[in-house]
Amino acid sequence: MDNRSPYVVNAPSVSMIMLKVLIALIPGIAIYVYIFGLGVVINIFLASLTVILTESIILSIRKLPIKPFIFDGSGLVAAWLLALSVPSIAPWWIIVLGTALCIIFGKHLYGGLGYNLFNPAMVGYAILLISFPSIMTNWQIPSSLMITHVDWLDQIKIIFNNNLISKDMLDAMSSATPLDYIKTQLTLNQSLNTIQQNKIFGLVGGKGLELINLGYLAGGLYLLKEKIISWHLPVAFLSTLFITALIFNVLAPDTFVSPLFHIMSGGSILCAFFIITDPVSGPTTPRGKIYFAMAIALLVFIIRIFGGYPEGIAFAVLLLNICVPLIDSLTQPRIFGHK
Amino acid sequence: MQLKNIFKFNGGVHPNENKKISTRLPITKLPIPKKIVLPLRQHVGHVAKLKVKPGDHVLKGQMIAEADGNVSASIHAPTSGKVLKISEEIIPHPSGLADFCVTIKPDFKDTWIEKKPIPWKKLDSAQLIRALLQSGIVGLGGAVFPTHMKFKINQNQAINTLVINAAECEPFITCDDMFMRERADEIIQGTLISQTLLLAKECVIGIEDNKVEAYEALKKAAQGTSIQIKVVPTLYPSGDAKRLIYLLMGLEVPKEKRSIDLGIQVFNVATVAAIYRYLELGEPSISRVITITGTVKTPRNYEVLFGTPLSELISDAGGSSNKTKKFIMGGPMMGFDLPSIHVPVTKAMNCVIESSPELFPAPKPVMPCIRCARCADACPVSLQPQELYWFSKSSQLEKAKDYNLFDCIECGCCTYVCPSNIPLVQFYRYAKSEIISQDKAKEAADTARERNEFRLTRIEREKKERAERHAQKALGAQEQKANDEKKSTIAAAMERVKQTQQENIKN
Repeated sequence: MDNRSPYVVNAPSVSMIMLKVLIALIPGIAIYVYIFGLGVVINIFLASLTVILTESIILSIRKLPIKPFIFDGSGLVAAWLLALSVPSIAPWWIIVLGTALCIIFGKHLYGGLGYNLFNPAMVGYAILLISFPSIMTNWQIPSSLMITHVDWLDQIKIIFNNNLISKDMLDAMSSATPLDYIKTQLTLNQSLNTIQQNKIFGLVGGKGLELINLGYLAGGLYLLKEKIISWHLPVAFLSTLFITALIFNVLAPDTFVSPLFHIMSGGSILCAFFIITDPVSGPTTPRGKIYFAMAIALLVFIIRIFGGYPEGIAFAVLLLNICVPLIDSLTQPRIFGHK
Repeated sequence: MQLKNIFKFNGGVHPNENKKISTRLPITKLPIPKKIVLPLRQHVGHVAKLKVKPGDHVLKGQMIAEADGNVSASIHAPTSGKVLKISEEIIPHPSGLADFCVTIKPDFKDTWIEKKPIPWKKLDSAQLIRALLQSGIVGLGGAVFPTHMKFKINQNQAINTLVINAAECEPFITCDDMFMRERADEIIQGTLISQTLLLAKECVIGIEDNKVEAYEALKKAAQGTSIQIKVVPTLYPSGDAKRLIYLLMGLEVPKEKRSIDLGIQVFNVATVAAIYRYLELGEPSISRVITITGTVKTPRNYEVLFGTPLSELISDAGGSSNKTKKFIMGGPMMGFDLPSIHVPVTKAMNCVIESSPELFPAPKPVMPCIRCARCADACPVSLQPQELYWFSKSSQLEKAKDYNLFDCIECGCCTYVCPSNIPLVQFYRYAKSEIISQDKAKEAADTARERNEFRLTRIEREKKERAERHAQKALGAQEQKANDEKKSTIAAAMERVKQTQQENIKN
């Protein structure tokens, strides 16, 4: 006789978990649209389409059932995260190429769902950033700061064929990210105070960007409440980033921005709640999660301040993904009855 | 009911209790069945030695099979009647295999053998253990470990605390709950006797907070005694002995040690009541309370004679006679599918659930593990089930052992919470049995190799000895030959001399 106990189960399905992650992204996306227009939605749409198509092809090549592995939703989560990390004025093929590479190289070449060593979205992002640095660092400025009005048709034109838009208009609506801007201006011996007078800065982070981050934060808290993610990762990441930035800021306030700026700009919040919380490529032990998140936060800070790139999340995450088996094996919890 | 001074263990789950459906009616007794089938092994350890033969008349409470050695338990006739046959019958075991059973045809007179209460207060430890060896009492919580073994007093470690396990944490099962509600006095009597016998300084009863009536009944019965009744949260698997000890006392039973090494002994409520009945009333273990629940029409508890065909209980409870119906023995977390309902009720049978696809849906398709670690959060032993799964699946058995596979208690919490529907416990059972059989095979191979080496040295030695003998012989032969030659030469010479002499004479 087969002994299949337990006969009862009570677990959300993988699809349900992924769906909740997508739901948690919605407040951030909504604010994104409010501030920057529809570009990001087009990117998300393109990324979703690409991921479904690419996965279907690969799954049929690998002779795996297509339906359960499309509907598990993990591909969509990676695609959406990548779409949110790519500038909303980047040409259409950037997100399509990035998503396809992220799914092929980041996920399926390792064996698909559950087997990838690296965070797929970050694999896609890193490839794009290294291959197309100028496109990937050219961000849109908030609609409220633009002199000319940009409607949704213009945004479609920018993404699908930017020759249809005047050069002046393109220049007027794009800029470097606040993190990038600070970095380049500091090399020009500007003081931090003067730099932050620029219109792209808001209350604590980049203008508009800080609001989007609040949206991500709301989504992250929802994931915590739903027990989709554990508190260890976001808490360890954000507190380490904050404390490290605080130390530098206190020591030299003219060269190092405030810790709140680090938290509220770039991808910090998205990273804390949505990127490093990818279960497949992250550690599983509670202590391991803390060390993993702390190390990523340190690396992010180092790359932002001392490295060659304005934002360091993708590289930090990928580097720490390599260490996950080691972290897991060194942080095994004490077993009941063991010393 | 207040949770006070409770030490919470890691993880645990809280499935739908489904206990209320079978506690509405009091414990029911059925008329004596037409046939009693008693398996000779209803306990952990050696099969009991048969003491009757077909045709014998037996009385209620008469021993029909005696404990064989220390780790074994006796079996008694649950009613009076005639021994029909001794044959292999299907028994309630996950293997679905048959085992030797004694079939008794009751005479419906239910005549007791002379009951002999044990003057336990006057007996020393060894005498008491001998007496209990005759009782047939085993752990009635489901582990069916021979109870007399638990009274062996260790010289180095006295028993400080007697823990009575009244947690009953598995969903659906209510036999202990109903037992406590209706017979709290017997439990308290049995507890006091056990405490005295073990020389335990204190005694704690651990009960989950979902059994209010049982708690009140115990509290009433325990008035005026020093027995503590502690309420633990309703959290599966709080009824696992090691988890219960932790909940109650904050002590972890160390790896590869038993609770008695910490001076703690644990009994189930029904077991102590059986001890009371045997010692005070002279009644051996011939019946138990069992829950029949699930989709049967009137789920309830029965007091049943061992050996009663399960089918009779099921039909009394309004169960389905449809052959495709599945029945689960035990609870939904750790139970197993019964091979048939035509099995006898045994000492281990605490609950039978009539299953249906609505009650227990077929498992959903398995997805890959996404390392979400929900299983690790749910594991009451703080293992890393996702790693154990990985190692078991890829047959990296050494690794699985390193990650403490054998600490797994197979409670099923990990499977319960797995979003990928992976039957984790089945992988661990497989890996454990693989490791055990490999170890056995290795042991056998080692023995075989030792024997072979011994054989080879023996052959070598014999060969040498033979060679020596041969050499000895050959040497002897040579000497013989040399002697012969000498003799013949001499003889020839003598002959020649003779001839010459004769010729000389002729000439």
